Amino acid sequence: MSKIRGAIVIDTNRCKGCALCVEACPFDLLEITPKKVNHKGYTYVQQKDWERCTGCTSCAVVCPDGCISVYRKKEEA
Amino acid sequence: MTKEEIIQPENLVYAKPTLMNEVGMHYCPGCSHGVVHKLIAEIIEEMGMEEKTIAICPVGCAVFAYRYIDVDWLEAAHGRAPALATACKRMWQDRLVFTYQGDGDLACIGACETIHALNRGEKITIIFINNAIYGMTGGQMAPTTLLGMKTSTCPYGRTPELHGYPLNMTDMAATLEGTAFVSRQSVHTVAAIRKAKKAIRHAFENSMNGKGSNLVEIVSSCNSGWKASPVKANEWMEENMFKYYHLGDLKDI
Repeated sequence: MSKIRGAIVIDTNRCKGCALCVEACPFDLLEITPKKVNHKGYTYVQQKDWERCTGCTSCAVVCPDGCISVYRKKEEA
Repeated sequence: MTKEEIIQPENLVYAKPTLMNEVGMHYCPGCSHGVVHKLIAEIIEEMGMEEKTIAICPVGCAVFAYRYIDVDWLEAAHGRAPALATACKRMWQDRLVFTYQGDGDLACIGACETIHALNRGEKITIIFINNAIYGMTGGQMAPTTLLGMKTSTCPYGRTPELHGYPLNMTDMAATLEGTAFVSRQSVHTVAAIRKAKKAIRHAFENSMNGKGSNLVEIVSSCNSGWKASPVKANEWMEENMFKYYHLGDLKDI
């Protein structure tokens, strides 16, 4: 059975750590970095588990700053 | 499959619209303005109107909107964006003209211009960001502030005896004969964002087809002004704002 795999690229310097994407992810794959900040001093978001990402784009759609790019590919089993 | 195999240009399904500039936005983390900017940029790209759009900036948080979307912008005096849009659209009828205004700009200082521009049926679109507060100046009470809501100028909550009732501009606009499309949307979830995009696109198409004036209200959150985290502000908005500001299309002719 083929499976849809996704991956995201986060522009961490643009991210303000609002965590709206963390809430929006249906699989709970995102988190705010606990002790790291970007060059503006904001904590930023990172993906804690990319294996389960389906590339649904929920995180990118709700991102107010347009920090997330989403890639999707079909994996043939 | 490795991550690098997926991250290839041909697999890209969503990214920041190319019409949006690289400069970082000055809005607070989690502000609804960013999402609406993104939607507008996407719609202009999809309509192929990049070179034929004139947008009007308000005074308010979105006063620097001209930095973020790469179309032609004009900066209006406080509240006067619909008057400027009227002039633009009458001079250049083939242009997509829209104003982008907050609730202080549109419902208070510019209430007269807004109502009259809508009533005249000018072929423009007004995007109305309603967060029930004066966000830029420090969270003062706006005409749209809900009853009982605490702001920096009504710290014990808005009361009808002292402050009067919230002004519902979109309901008012729906009763005017000049308006073609009046809608109230929100951008707090993925589903709501998709609906809002459809509404803005419909309004832009209406204004290009010369049907009449169009108003799209976006019920937004102002987490800094409301003193809450972005996620909590969205929850508060769902619980309180949507009871008074009902989502949906109010008028579509």
